[in-house]
Amino acid sequence: MAITDLREHNISELHAMLLRGDMSARELVGASLERIRRYDGTVGAFITVDDAGAIAAAERADEAIAAARSGATSGAAAGAAASAGGGAGADGLPILTGIPVALKDNICTEGIATTAGSKILTGFVPPYSATVAERLTAAGAVIVGKANMDEFAMGSTTESSAFHPTRNPYDTQRVPGGSSGGSVAAVAAGMVCAAVGTDTGGSVRQPSAFCGTVGLKPTYARVSRYGVVGFGSSLDCVGPIAGNVRDCATMLGVMAGHDPKDSTSSPEAVPDYVAAVERGADGVRGVKIGVPREFFADGLDGGVRAAIERTIARLEEAGAEIVEVSIPNVEHSLAVYYLVATAEASSNLARYDGVRYGFRAVGAGDVGSAIAASRTEGFGPEVQRRILLGSHALSAGNYTAYFDKAMRVRTLIRRDIEAVLAECDCFVSPTAPTTALRIGELVEDPLTMYLQDIYTIVANLVGVPALSVPCGLHGGLPVGFQVFGPMFGETMLFRVAAAVEQASAGEMRRPELEVM
Amino acid sequence: MGYTIEDAAALAERAKLRFSHDQLVKLTKDLNDIIRYVDQLAVLDTEGVPPMTHPHSFINVWRDDEPREGLTVEQALANAPDRQGQFFRVPRIVAGEAEE
Repeated sequence: MAITDLREHNISELHAMLLRGDMSARELVGASLERIRRYDGTVGAFITVDDAGAIAAAERADEAIAAARSGATSGAAAGAAASAGGGAGADGLPILTGIPVALKDNICTEGIATTAGSKILTGFVPPYSATVAERLTAAGAVIVGKANMDEFAMGSTTESSAFHPTRNPYDTQRVPGGSSGGSVAAVAAGMVCAAVGTDTGGSVRQPSAFCGTVGLKPTYARVSRYGVVGFGSSLDCVGPIAGNVRDCATMLGVMAGHDPKDSTSSPEAVPDYVAAVERGADGVRGVKIGVPREFFADGLDGGVRAAIERTIARLEEAGAEIVEVSIPNVEHSLAVYYLVATAEASSNLARYDGVRYGFRAVGAGDVGSAIAASRTEGFGPEVQRRILLGSHALSAGNYTAYFDKAMRVRTLIRRDIEAVLAECDCFVSPTAPTTALRIGELVEDPLTMYLQDIYTIVANLVGVPALSVPCGLHGGLPVGFQVFGPMFGETMLFRVAAAVEQASAGEMRRPELEVM
Repeated sequence: MGYTIEDAAALAERAKLRFSHDQLVKLTKDLNDIIRYVDQLAVLDTEGVPPMTHPHSFINVWRDDEPREGLTVEQALANAPDRQGQFFRVPRIVAGEAEE
């Protein structure tokens, strides 16, 4: 059977179809590559497409499928899946076998260029793969390409990529959000079944809201960051993006787990996330859901507010208990974030010197001039602006007034969140204050751009998981509903998200792609 | 009272970035806007509140001290913009006589 749009079936269904022989992995991956060929000139989701690598991986997947079908246990595949933790299905075939996925281009892939959306990493081909890439590959996933992003994940529109902007599949005159805009657009456009993004202040969730996908920022330390380009190390999380809640849970089950190569990764056990989705709308019965009043104040678009309030009412109808709560210090989260994130970024980005890898400016005099020239030509304006702000926050005369102060207010925000989660099982909000913005609408005004993150960054500051799930359309564009849970409480997020997905199913529509 | 162009230039020097005068004018405005915004934190009472550096407080994460394979010299140098033998090659650091 022929598949053209990879969102017609969820991963579990595709897995069963592959195992039955309804189609081959080669056909499924071929459909992914064909859809990219047909539409990516318009959408611009990818920086690099690895046709040859994807086809070779699909052929290996077909061998594993043949072995599983013949009843013989595929030792290599099953063993790899076991080590990946939760990758293998009951049928002995790893759950992602033959499933096309995209990785954000700040996730290192051995032998495939990795740019972080920046000119300064032009030509960089990593000598090793990120742990998250290895875990996906071990579970059988086929990495078809590297997705576009705001340079070094700094942005909310994917317009600051050094390569090209990405367009929203729902309306190509609009941005997909950012910074994981390419990963999200590839899923929304049905080019891949799922994707991986990174989220330092909302970079998985805000584009997921704009493009109608399900995107999760897991608990800090839930997913290894080994081999992922660092931005703000106390904030950065690697998260899955999918077309539905179940696939998002499937992806997290493969990605999550302790990694000896990342000393910040958690040894906390990985539960069965997919089981949390099974109850659908009934999963919220008896769940106590907090609604923070600060998240429904000024600046929230009326249509977005209406969609969120309608969804909260439906959760209540499904048996959830809704309570109003307060996060008094959340109004300071953006200020804290832009001090902490830029300070950490200025430190992380000091390594880009044009000496060992990446772009080096030509014709500079001594080595100091060569480094400055390489950084000046290699980094784009938003990255340079944030390095300067971070250098300001960390400089000797300002450290106490800015960076230290921000870290203390971060504690106040954490205490607020802990108080809310002592009272409720989870709390909810809009993911973004508006639906997808027009291309060019935000580029000139950094502070307004930063306000895009107003509802998302609190999860990064505190470390709790948060997920965006589509809850309907406003003006033909998706609206994202955000759910926050306690540390390592992803199963609660999936339960609530599954209920939202079921309650909103009648109002969602898929994007209609055009070839420009 | 805020950031001057000279302040921004000094920061740029420390961050190893170079800007034209026009760029510095724009950056100085952006920095002042953002700093004015983050100054809202100054009024909060954080006396006795400990700084939060990290969402977790793992201390001393060890792993066994076992030899393991690292990158080979060729792998490490494969991405070098310029190399000479087994070394990364950079422009002259110390003033002196010209190379051979």
